[in-house]
Amino acid sequence: MRDYILEMNGITKEFTGIKALDDVNFKVERGEIHCLIGENGAGKSTLMKVLSGVYPYGTYEGDIVFEGEIQRFNEINDSVKAGIAIIYQELALFPDLTVYENIFAGNEIRKGPFVDWNETIVQSAKMLKKVKLNVDPETLIKDLGVGKQQLVEIAKTLSKDVKLLILDEPTAALNENDSENLLELLKELRSQGITCIMISHKLKEVISIADKATILRDGKTIVTLDAHKGEISESVIIKNMVGREIADIYPKRLDHQFGETVLELNDWSAYDTQLGRHVVKKANIQVKQGEIVGIAGLMGSGRTELALSIFGNPKKYKVEGDMQVNGRKVQFKHTSDAIKAGIAYVTEDRKGNGLFLINDIKNNITAAHLKGISQSGVLNLNEEVKVGSEYRKSMHIKTSSLELAVGKLSGGNQQKVSLGKWLFTGPKILILDEPTRGIDVGAKFEIYTIMNELIKQGMSIIMISSELNEIIGMSDRIYVMAEGAITGELSRENTTQEAIMELATQ
Amino acid sequence: MTFFNEARFLIKTNIRDYGMYIALFVIMLTFSVLTDGLFMSSRNISNLLDSAGYIAVLAVGMTLIIVIRHIDLSVGFVAGFLGAVAAIFLTQMGMSVWLVIPIVLAFGIIIGLFNGFLVAKIGIPSFVATLAGMLIFRGALLNVTESTGTIIVNDDLFNALGNGFIPSLVEVNGLHLLSVLVGVIGIALYIYSEISTRRNKVKYGFDVISLPIFTLKLVFVSFIIGYITWVLAGYNGFSWTVVIMLLVVVIYHFLSTKTVLGRNIYAVGSNPEAAHLSGINVTKITMIVFGSMGMLAALSGILFTARLQSATTTAGTLFELDAIAAAYVGGVSSAGGVGKVTGAIIGAIVMASLSSGMNLLGVGISYQYMIRGGVLAAAVIFDVMTRKQRG
Repeated sequence: MRDYILEMNGITKEFTGIKALDDVNFKVERGEIHCLIGENGAGKSTLMKVLSGVYPYGTYEGDIVFEGEIQRFNEINDSVKAGIAIIYQELALFPDLTVYENIFAGNEIRKGPFVDWNETIVQSAKMLKKVKLNVDPETLIKDLGVGKQQLVEIAKTLSKDVKLLILDEPTAALNENDSENLLELLKELRSQGITCIMISHKLKEVISIADKATILRDGKTIVTLDAHKGEISESVIIKNMVGREIADIYPKRLDHQFGETVLELNDWSAYDTQLGRHVVKKANIQVKQGEIVGIAGLMGSGRTELALSIFGNPKKYKVEGDMQVNGRKVQFKHTSDAIKAGIAYVTEDRKGNGLFLINDIKNNITAAHLKGISQSGVLNLNEEVKVGSEYRKSMHIKTSSLELAVGKLSGGNQQKVSLGKWLFTGPKILILDEPTRGIDVGAKFEIYTIMNELIKQGMSIIMISSELNEIIGMSDRIYVMAEGAITGELSRENTTQEAIMELATQ
Repeated sequence: MTFFNEARFLIKTNIRDYGMYIALFVIMLTFSVLTDGLFMSSRNISNLLDSAGYIAVLAVGMTLIIVIRHIDLSVGFVAGFLGAVAAIFLTQMGMSVWLVIPIVLAFGIIIGLFNGFLVAKIGIPSFVATLAGMLIFRGALLNVTESTGTIIVNDDLFNALGNGFIPSLVEVNGLHLLSVLVGVIGIALYIYSEISTRRNKVKYGFDVISLPIFTLKLVFVSFIIGYITWVLAGYNGFSWTVVIMLLVVVIYHFLSTKTVLGRNIYAVGSNPEAAHLSGINVTKITMIVFGSMGMLAALSGILFTARLQSATTTAGTLFELDAIAAAYVGGVSSAGGVGKVTGAIIGAIVMASLSSGMNLLGVGISYQYMIRGGVLAAAVIFDVMTRKQRG
């Protein structure tokens, strides 16, 4: 008889006629790391929301059996009391408070009616030790990197006597180093008897860490794989996720000749006046027509800053050095100048600064190039619908209507809208910052295909990515950055992940 | 889709837009019943619209300010001060109306741009920057009216803006012909624009609402315009205030929905960072919106001074809050990026209807404030609820 800490039996959850979950069965054994995998919209988040009481008992069908008892969670607090804790992708920390205040926020250690701050600090230090985070508990959260913040969040959870820890894409925002640390920590916690459910898009992580993996597709449980029986491998997971074989997740492209140099940076530096340091240091970069240039590096290595300093310098860095577009020296005062010169920048943070979430799809697609649908300042709204439909078709945006708010789309479709928005400006140089972060394998493949299509049409692409596979799989040439400087240039043929990591950690 | 299913679908998806029209209708109907029809009398409706005028133009500007996630508290006393400036120009300096109005509007734009400069360039929170402006212009108003007290304006042309009516040409059966004509032309323009929009959509091959619903909509809106025209024509016809208010709405509605500028304003409100990265000059847009607010504040001051036929030391008190209330009742959202100019006008008329109706019923001023506050709260609750429903 197996010892299941959690059994979810026959869970069905409907949203106005659409079955988000359809008779899902999900069993987690005590003390294992169980990965939950599926394309966006497969129902992972919904399942976790049912488990944590976000969707209260009675709004779904089926049973949740936790620690041998049928649970009826009416709100999140009920599941927390039972010992279930979820850490979401977007961290819920207070940036202006200290580490110790955050760890015990909402769970304060009291002495009579007052908070016992001394005890809080002592206890926090213990928690930090548990998660192997070596920082002063009095540090402010905003002064920590994302990786360390993630660990603080876990420490916070551990302070609450948790039995089942759920992590929603914990490494999505982390660089490779921090990711590895986190995975190590999860293994450590497993040895201490904490059961863990991890939602992840990164198959490599799943393979390295999972005892079991359950795959959801279209709201149904497809299969549960057991690593100890040797059932987990990348191809098996992908096959089950998408229901078809993907031989190679990077589409083949024919060899082609590159054209003239379209973008050239010479001794290009950017000084961030707020941080009081150089974020880009004497970078020398060349991009040829029809080329995909990858920019690799750890988080905080200055990749996004480099892109922003090229794209009209919206952060108002002090820039030095010269930039040439099509052989002509240029200086952009505003992002609109960069757009005019044929540069487009698809941001890393779709929701934060990429899209207008409350506005509809067609609005978003035309937002950066209203000239294309207007005459002397007056819009042609019918033309806008036409443009919207064209991009909906060419980008394969899956939506019921062009008038749907972009915020309601899945991550992959949002990214396609974002891409469509920039393609409508008719760019010559397209900068893609983490173009496939947080989107599912199927959508990734579509975006790679679109990229290949674009360079065939003569566009040049600069792709910033934290996924080494993606960088190697897609780039013609790779620059590696570390601490704001370009530490090396690698060609497509003789690149390995190790070579990149070596340069990135210089 | 059958007729009723389509109608139900349209109402369901557009409830947010129709909500305040329904609210206005309910309020008007309730007061009409309670006052035995006195509320809907020509005279009362005419007065009601005139009294809403100077708040309505402020509410239009305020809506755009709130759309870009700011607030302007200075507009009340800017209106009061510029109203007094207009009075001084007319009486003490003997300038012509035709000169005074553009100059005062220009002053308004300059004041608005200065607010915009403080907010967009220097980075002062708009609440603080315009609170300072509120105090400064309150002082300025007192300063210019200190020696004279209330300034009486005797210029008939100027006063007509607040009290006068468009000429009637001929009276037919007690109806003012020109006003009737204006109404008829309004209906014709409305029908023409709807039909041409529909034709254009068909030309592009887009879905349009079915013909019966379309016809029903045309008949319904035409009837409303016709009814209001008939009501007004039975008294003194369209007042200049109403004409100005309509012009402001038409121009701002066009600007906000059909132009690149308007789209950029809503983009800035929806996500300022994304707007900046989309090549939109956020600073410039902020300056323009504050500049327009200043101009409308000046217009409001002119209308108010003309209505009272004098500039007083307390003119403009609490205008800003009435305008903000009207904007919120009209459906603007403080989260930014949402809110219509037409909504602002309806909001202002809702608030004016409440005052007017309650005055007719003899409701005490203390209860009037409470009820208006309740309506404001209800409007925002409705806004939050419908948004939740939408996702």
